[in-house]
Amino acid sequence: MIPAPFDYHAPASLAEAIGLLQQHGDDAKVLSGGQSLLPLLKLRLASTGHLVDIGRIPGLEYIKEEGGHLKIGGRTRESALERSDLIRNKYPILYDTTIVIADPIVRNRATVGGNLAHADPANDHPATMLALGAEVVVTGAKGERTIPIDRFFTGLFSTALAPGEILTEIRVPVAPPRSGGAYVKLERKVGDYATAAAAAQVTLNSAGAIERAGIALTSAGPTPVRAVDAERFLKGKVPDRQTIAEAARRAAQAASPSADRRGSVEYKREMARVLTARALTTAVERAEGH
Amino acid sequence: MSTHSIHVTINGTPYDERVDARLMLVHFLRDQLRLTGTHIGCDTTHCGACTVVVDGEPVKSCTVLAVQADGSDITTVEGLEHDGKLHPLQEGFWNEHGLQCGYCTPGMMMAAYGLLARNAAPSELEIRQAISGNLCRCTGYVNIVKSIRYAAAQPR
Repeated sequence: MIPAPFDYHAPASLAEAIGLLQQHGDDAKVLSGGQSLLPLLKLRLASTGHLVDIGRIPGLEYIKEEGGHLKIGGRTRESALERSDLIRNKYPILYDTTIVIADPIVRNRATVGGNLAHADPANDHPATMLALGAEVVVTGAKGERTIPIDRFFTGLFSTALAPGEILTEIRVPVAPPRSGGAYVKLERKVGDYATAAAAAQVTLNSAGAIERAGIALTSAGPTPVRAVDAERFLKGKVPDRQTIAEAARRAAQAASPSADRRGSVEYKREMARVLTARALTTAVERAEGH
Repeated sequence: MSTHSIHVTINGTPYDERVDARLMLVHFLRDQLRLTGTHIGCDTTHCGACTVVVDGEPVKSCTVLAVQADGSDITTVEGLEHDGKLHPLQEGFWNEHGLQCGYCTPGMMMAAYGLLARNAAPSELEIRQAISGNLCRCTGYVNIVKSIRYAAAQPR
């Protein structure tokens, strides 16, 4: 398969890339890892006049802790996340997530920023970033602005990115002590989109009760779904089995999946419940230091 | 559509070529350079038949533009054998019956080549994970894993 014709640009700086995006407006697309966009162009489900490749702009690939945040450069590849000791040891929910995205070879090209900016509700990072209470930094002609992840996903394949803006960084608050998270995905085979998946991030207080819970679902509607009711229910409670079961039941109620070859609406909602319970259980275990 | 001059090194040989913006790396290798060892399977990033190693990392060449590879060092299956001597991976696939129809074989070998470059002594699980993006429709996975283990065990 061959994409419809386009002009390719490889800007050497962010300013140049933003200039190109401004110049070409709706007729331009940002190329990051290309693992979603290039198949779409080849299948001709998408087309563009101008492809602006941000792959040759220095300084967009990094993973570091700074100023109370874990900062991930927008063009950081999934394989870098997977191989990072910092991610593996301190942010296991992100490690859980990256290792179930596509397959290892795709992860050598696929990027974290691309996974978010593509805004496919079946992508895996959106739910995790919602659970973590992350924010994204976008850069445009007027400089940087920060968008809370809660306000980033505006619809199916749609985000709060304005024309001419590029997602340049993801910021995750450094978790306080007694925090833990997990991402659990049900997929038919390696490389498939989630039939259902759940992300959970919890912080416990000194008495072992939940101080903060973040829960979000993949493949559960036209946008990634944050399970706000379940989060509120957990606050102040000791996360025993019954409490987790009730939170999972509430999370599943927030899901509005659609039926496809991966399953019926009822099946997917039930899987959202089961996976939320598993993610919460592991998150609590990790928070307790097990 | 824009066209671009690219410089790539493939299996140690430098190439300076003109490519259309929309030309995929796999078509560049097969149609423009006639390096037809790299196969096109699903053409949608699922099967891994088109896997080649770019700057040390296996990638699916059906989902990379040729122009994106400008400046890079590429190894394809043709680059495994040297002076008539098979690479341990090729020897392994031969000795352990790692191929049946052979369609997935170049991709399997290049995925394994990327793995062994990073991890000289992978466990069976690590081998299976490394080729989890490569499909063998003959379902010959047991012998493919054996073939890669064979290669890993050879002195290098």
